[in-house]
Amino acid sequence: MKTFSRGGVHPPENKLSATTGIQALPPPQSVKIPLSQHLGVPAKPAVNKGDMVRVGQIIASGDGFVSSNIHSSVSGKVLKIDNELDPTGYKRPCIVIEVSGDDWMETIDQSTKLVKETNSEPESIISKIREAGIVGLGGATFPSHVKLSVPRGKKAEYLIVNGVECEPFLTADHALMLEKGEEIMVGTQILKKALKVKKALIGIENNKQDAIRHMADLARNYDGIEVFALKVKYPQGGEKQLIKALLDMEVPSGGLPVDVGAVAFNVGTVFAVYEAVQKNKPLFERVVTVTGTSVRNPSNFRARIGTPISALIEASGGMPEDTGKILLGGPMMGKAVGDIAIPVIKGTSGILLMPGIESKRRKIQPCIRCAKCITVCPMGLEPYLLMPLSEKSMFDRLEENKVLDCIECGSCSYICPASRPLLDYIRLGKANVSKLIRTRKSQ
Amino acid sequence: MSKVITVSPSPHIFGNLSVNRLMFGVVMALIPAFIVSVVMYGPGAIIVTCISIGSCVLFEYLIQKYVLKTGVRISDGSAIVTGLLLAFNLPSNLPWWIIIIGSLVAIGIGKMTFGGLGNNPFNPALVGRVFLLISFPTAMTVYPKVQGWNTPYIISAEEIDTFTGATPLTLIKNGIKSGRGVNELLEASGLQYSDLFFGNIGGSLGEIAAFALIIGLIFLLIRKIITWHIPVSIVSTVFFITGALWLFSVEGHEAVLNTLNMNLPVIQTKDANDAIVLFHMADPLFHILTGGVMLGAIFMATDYVTSPMLPKGMIIYGIMIGVITVTIRLFGSYPEGISFAILIMNGFTPLINRYVKPKRFGEEVKNG
Repeated sequence: MKTFSRGGVHPPENKLSATTGIQALPPPQSVKIPLSQHLGVPAKPAVNKGDMVRVGQIIASGDGFVSSNIHSSVSGKVLKIDNELDPTGYKRPCIVIEVSGDDWMETIDQSTKLVKETNSEPESIISKIREAGIVGLGGATFPSHVKLSVPRGKKAEYLIVNGVECEPFLTADHALMLEKGEEIMVGTQILKKALKVKKALIGIENNKQDAIRHMADLARNYDGIEVFALKVKYPQGGEKQLIKALLDMEVPSGGLPVDVGAVAFNVGTVFAVYEAVQKNKPLFERVVTVTGTSVRNPSNFRARIGTPISALIEASGGMPEDTGKILLGGPMMGKAVGDIAIPVIKGTSGILLMPGIESKRRKIQPCIRCAKCITVCPMGLEPYLLMPLSEKSMFDRLEENKVLDCIECGSCSYICPASRPLLDYIRLGKANVSKLIRTRKSQ
Repeated sequence: MSKVITVSPSPHIFGNLSVNRLMFGVVMALIPAFIVSVVMYGPGAIIVTCISIGSCVLFEYLIQKYVLKTGVRISDGSAIVTGLLLAFNLPSNLPWWIIIIGSLVAIGIGKMTFGGLGNNPFNPALVGRVFLLISFPTAMTVYPKVQGWNTPYIISAEEIDTFTGATPLTLIKNGIKSGRGVNELLEASGLQYSDLFFGNIGGSLGEIAAFALIIGLIFLLIRKIITWHIPVSIVSTVFFITGALWLFSVEGHEAVLNTLNMNLPVIQTKDANDAIVLFHMADPLFHILTGGVMLGAIFMATDYVTSPMLPKGMIIYGIMIGVITVTIRLFGSYPEGISFAILIMNGFTPLINRYVKPKRFGEEVKNG
């Protein structure tokens, strides 16, 4: 069975909501839609306070190069455009909409009928994807239309579809593959056409046997799509690790997947592409897993962007008594937040409620040079060395030791027997080295 | 929802490895060798081990509490491992006060002067052992004869010749110096290879039984506490270098001539009086089973703090330890040599770590 070759850890899987399917969550009373849900500069508001908007109407346009459009996920009145707490933990511009009814734009095909054929040309597919505001739903939120515009001189040969979902607890992609497998296949064909590639490879970790069987059955009816079962190992869902696992090629340091001829999309993104191209539906809702060992009913919800996470927690049986940490995303790379009024955004794959006793860091002990961090690092780095270099601001040596290659998967901090906050310091080092490189370039 | 919501950067879950668990694993791996030492040397083995562990832990506690004032961390178990390893490098009849001096040097000078666990450049137990070896050469090189539970701990001066003896390696080294062949020496002493394997020989507590140490190695490998690189590279280097030289010694020449019917030349050397003599040496199996090679390769050289981080570095380190060990044994004045070899290579560890880097992801672009 395929997997990536270097490093990796095996945290407990805890896929509590693997078999619960996807429930649609009704629109909340009000939504808070951040203007920055992608890498790159925030989108510019296209509505004003007091305007009435409909579901799927564009409310902010992404003009920057790696920016993307934002659509209303509800119908109702724009209450305000103001700084509100968003998942970053900072107050940043958001459009707040008071919900009334559920009035969709008539251009959107609301039927559940599968539309297989697509006559669109590659250029019009890409422009539809840009219009629909699609970003990578795996969490990185990189605008998909930018990924599809292959730089001059480079050639895409493979489309990689990421159904790995290696983060413990999360099951949104798993549930989506089981329920919308056919749509994902059509989406894959559309993306193949847009990229002008002949081969698509879907990677799924072996702890999702039902999804592998289902997807492999479906793939038989489509040309050039192959499904691969992958050995369970974190962080296989990382773009570079998945490409290594499927194609046995390494994306060069500082390079892009397309440098080895691959372009990768998450299954959620592929489904959003299907909806945008075939159903004319912009990205304004997504599947979100709500889970945790103490959560009453761990579930997968189809939630509107901008829904406060409190509404999702309520729908899964309420906030458990012992909650001590609220995470957006999984336990390895997720972001801890301090407020449940924070909205779901395009990059929110899950909400994990951790019990208080598990949420504290352990006592830091001295490094004993056991080299476990080197063994587990999927990028071939030396976290034990990067941490003190970062602490002592030795930026030249940090750069020399490839600190910028770090994908922040957290395997080093996870494994460290001395509970050292390796990744915290590596992040700090990365930020400082990037700053240094920017000043060097601007000089 | 509890009153306090923690907000911290990822990751939010942690594995179940801990420093204590790793140290405890090393202690577990040393148990077979400890049992053998008690079976062979009786109460002396227990007394030496207890004094060594007790004083190492006590000194670490006192230094952390009253000198460094960094907070007491003896619960991480590293002082227990140091104490145990120091005891394993001592004879079972060593007077109690020498053991305490050794512990003080090991913990005080070897470890705490550099800032404690994780900062010591040299293996603390070996610092202690080598200090004692240089300071108390007689006490440290005379070992009680194996008499099981009846082996006395305190041996009076009159009884020294009856109850004590040298290690097999010393026996051979001194014998060769006086111009006798290895086979003759082995016959005279009645030493069998099985004795070397099962520990029926004179030596430090932990070094005598190769099989017990190999059980420990297997345990360490299964529990993934260490990797194979250091032990295998040290033992195989010692084996191959001594093997290559042995072929050109009187003993190797005879063995090869008798079994393969091949005639190899014999090296000629000069003895103390400048007379030309034929080169005698023990075979490679004898070399890897004696003189603490197994103990050093499996437990001393693999100390996390003082050994290189990467497999490639570990192999360089292991090979160099092997080379230095053989050099000291054959050309130096000490019959053993692995303790010195490990300490010397400990000094090179930072340099090895600086230049041996892992293969970075995406370093070699394999493109079509």
